[in-house]
Amino acid sequence: MSTINLAVNGHSVSGEVEPRTLLVEFLREQLRLTGTHVGCDTSQCGACVVMVDGKSVKSCTMLAVMANGCDVTTIEGLAEGAELHPMQQAFMDNHGLQCGFCTPGMVMSGLDIVNRHGNELDAETVRRELNGNICRCTGYQNIVKAIRAGARAMGE
Amino acid sequence: MQENGIGASVRRKEDQRFLLGKGRYTDDINVAGQTYAVFVRSPHAHAVIEGIDSRAASAAPGVVAVLTGEDLAADGIGPLICGVVVTSDDGQPHRAPAHPALAQGKVNHVGDHVAVVIAETLAQARDAAELVEVDYRPLPAVASTADAAGEGQQQIHEEAPNNICFNWPFGDKDANEEAFDSAHKVSSIELVNNRMVTNPMEPRAALGEYNSGTEEITLHMTTQNPHVHRLVLAAFNQLAPEHKLRVVGPDVGGGFGAKIFVYAEELVVGWACRKVNRPVKWTADRTEAFMSDAHGRDHVTKAEMALDENGKFLAMRVHTTANLGAYLSTFATMVPSYLYAFLFAGQYATPLIYSEVKAVFTNTAPVDASRGAGRPEATYLLERLVDVCAADMGLDPAEIRRRNFIPKDAFPYQTPVVQCYDSGDYETALDKAMELADYSGFEARAAEAKNRGKLRGIGFSSYVEACGIAPSAAVGQLGGGVGLWESAQVRFNPTGNVQVFTGTHSHGQGHETTFAQLVCDQLGVPFENIEVIHGDTAKTQFGMGTYGSRSLAVGGVAIAKACDKLIAKGKKIAAHAMEAAEGDIEFADGNYTVAGTDKAMNIAEVAFNAYVPHSYPEGVEPGFDENAFFDPMNFSFPAGTHICEVEVDPATGEVEIVDYTAVDDFGKLVNPMIVEGQVHGGIVHGIGQALLEGCHYDENGQLVTASYMDYAMPRADNAPDFRIDYAPTDPPHNPLGVKGCGEAGAIGAPPAVINAIANAIGAKHVEMPATPETVWRACQTAV
Repeated sequence: MSTINLAVNGHSVSGEVEPRTLLVEFLREQLRLTGTHVGCDTSQCGACVVMVDGKSVKSCTMLAVMANGCDVTTIEGLAEGAELHPMQQAFMDNHGLQCGFCTPGMVMSGLDIVNRHGNELDAETVRRELNGNICRCTGYQNIVKAIRAGARAMGE
Repeated sequence: MQENGIGASVRRKEDQRFLLGKGRYTDDINVAGQTYAVFVRSPHAHAVIEGIDSRAASAAPGVVAVLTGEDLAADGIGPLICGVVVTSDDGQPHRAPAHPALAQGKVNHVGDHVAVVIAETLAQARDAAELVEVDYRPLPAVASTADAAGEGQQQIHEEAPNNICFNWPFGDKDANEEAFDSAHKVSSIELVNNRMVTNPMEPRAALGEYNSGTEEITLHMTTQNPHVHRLVLAAFNQLAPEHKLRVVGPDVGGGFGAKIFVYAEELVVGWACRKVNRPVKWTADRTEAFMSDAHGRDHVTKAEMALDENGKFLAMRVHTTANLGAYLSTFATMVPSYLYAFLFAGQYATPLIYSEVKAVFTNTAPVDASRGAGRPEATYLLERLVDVCAADMGLDPAEIRRRNFIPKDAFPYQTPVVQCYDSGDYETALDKAMELADYSGFEARAAEAKNRGKLRGIGFSSYVEACGIAPSAAVGQLGGGVGLWESAQVRFNPTGNVQVFTGTHSHGQGHETTFAQLVCDQLGVPFENIEVIHGDTAKTQFGMGTYGSRSLAVGGVAIAKACDKLIAKGKKIAAHAMEAAEGDIEFADGNYTVAGTDKAMNIAEVAFNAYVPHSYPEGVEPGFDENAFFDPMNFSFPAGTHICEVEVDPATGEVEIVDYTAVDDFGKLVNPMIVEGQVHGGIVHGIGQALLEGCHYDENGQLVTASYMDYAMPRADNAPDFRIDYAPTDPPHNPLGVKGCGEAGAIGAPPAVINAIANAIGAKHVEMPATPETVWRACQTAV
């Protein structure tokens, strides 16, 4: 077992983990931050995307020990209380979610797209950049719309 | 008419919790003392189990128990069942081999359940599962749908000679043959409907808890129909008496059919939590989902159409071999029979239809309903065949459809295949779709594409489906073991807010919003004061759940009926309070008024009076809470025309969907935003089948596509934005005027896409999934 110390959603946390423990397992099982989901076991679906030191990471591909000393943001860390982050609000306003399972990963990937491409996004860029996130419900059109609207709102 | 009532694109109530990461899916639930289950699964497609040695696993750190089929049988836990009987051509019911939840001496597909290891942590359970030694004696495997019933094939189940589950002929064979013999032309097509893995994004999961004090089992699980699960687990699997079993489907991350069924894992978890007297949790990883979720489709079909000299359809015949996998899943038999052959008329006035379906067992995962269930298979073969007919007759694909449509003044229309369509206007949908898709401009676009070296094609799909499942009497006549009505309870609390309990289950469809809109509209209660509750057998009255696009068309009507009862009861209470005759009381927009006066009383006040009945009408019960059940009089028949436009790169075979138009008839829309979302998702599901998804077993029955690395799911860049419009007609059998919209896209899309590709490259047919390799090869041989 190893001790890790990191910041999650602005709070300092520490935990005892096995070397094989994945970051997503640490978040879900030890911190009970169950907003981050696991939809596959081959790093394909993107339901587990979180931000690590400001960059999007599939938390099923990172060992918890690798997050030692890092600053992690999960879907639970975006809103101010019940007031949604502009990207979350855009998903609601544009019906960018149905069952909600892929949604946390989609929102986090949306934020990462804004970080890298700015606030004015064309649909093609968003569709290409979402290649690492799978949704079975929405057909993506409204997710693309939501991320573009969320990006714009974040720039205002 | 309320602002947030019927017809308003209200933002969804469920979104706030999902967006905050506060959803509560089964795997998110943790209870004190929980243990973790990991299944030991067969690596062989077909093998005899000579022995299981679990000594090392049992001694491993943290292991609580290792349980096998022997333990299951000793405790009297029954095998998994199939609930619909199909009568085979020998007059006997379909062959139903035993389907134990944990293997009894033999395994029949890769991923078949052999043992379960329960340990203190998930890692310990995984480690110990590796230590269970199973002595397999492999047998030859049957993997091919087309060859499963062939001469000399390995026999899978003793109960099913030649691996045949049923042979099911339907229709007047002689009349059909006569029509073919005298036809001007016969067009035919042979095609495969590719096997799909349903793949809701949340894998299946279960958490079982046993209370030794009350002897009650609580099973939180990924379910689309908690009461159906409870009923089957209690009545057929003897897990616990129905009143001692609580099934909860909390937030469920998509279903699309895959979470209808009673599977081995959930049953074993429920049984094991009592056996070890500890909570037991199991969550599938994605590979397990690929191996053990019920799959969809998997047909091999030859279809023919007899035509007259004007391109009118005279008769159609279909021969299909349908793969049901290694065992019968819960509703497996009805999918390639009643849900399939009864849709062969499609939108057309074909007078004679004959079909034979041979359902076979193979050493593959069980196959059952998956988004559309039988109707996508029917629509695909019919709409592909119609395009072949058009080519054979030298007719435009739109024109041949138009010539054969059931005219809009012919409804109700009795098809030759059982279904009686209650409403429709197919030509209006076609016209609207052609206009939206700018069909007349296609030639110019194709010419422009050609200059860029691309082959541009356009494809039609005019589908009809039967959903709003289903009239109970019809289900019974067809050999179904259940009634398919739906229930509702609408309860005012004394303070005037409303709780709506529905027997349907929402796993992405947005019932919490749509149903609240219905109630808001009818009772005039503010939208925010209405809460919809579903998915817990301890909270809601019995219900049949969500599948077959039934929730609004059946469950919504039950809610409306419960509201009617409240309004009627409230009239008596309001009449007493306002000192007027009941006959003079009117109700609108949430207010009871006395006709011809300015006296008024809000329904919330009436509710308060009902709970504090100090001055109250004689003979009226206190309380303001009503139940209703609704059994539909007919199926509902959504229909529409989809037009797909593709560009094919002949050098690589790559297909790009450049335009897609859908004009659908769903009757009245309650929340257009949600409906449009359902259409988008359905179309992309269908595009996935057409271009990307193919579940593949090799000749030894090994599952080659067992992860998202090998099985191509549609992603954001696989489709463009869609043009969506509606051509509604009013279904006379449905009191709300609604038809259902959840499956239409997955039904309409595959033939539209393949017709477009065939049109682009000048081929008669291209098999699904039309991968670049498949299309490139077709380009080499196309004229």
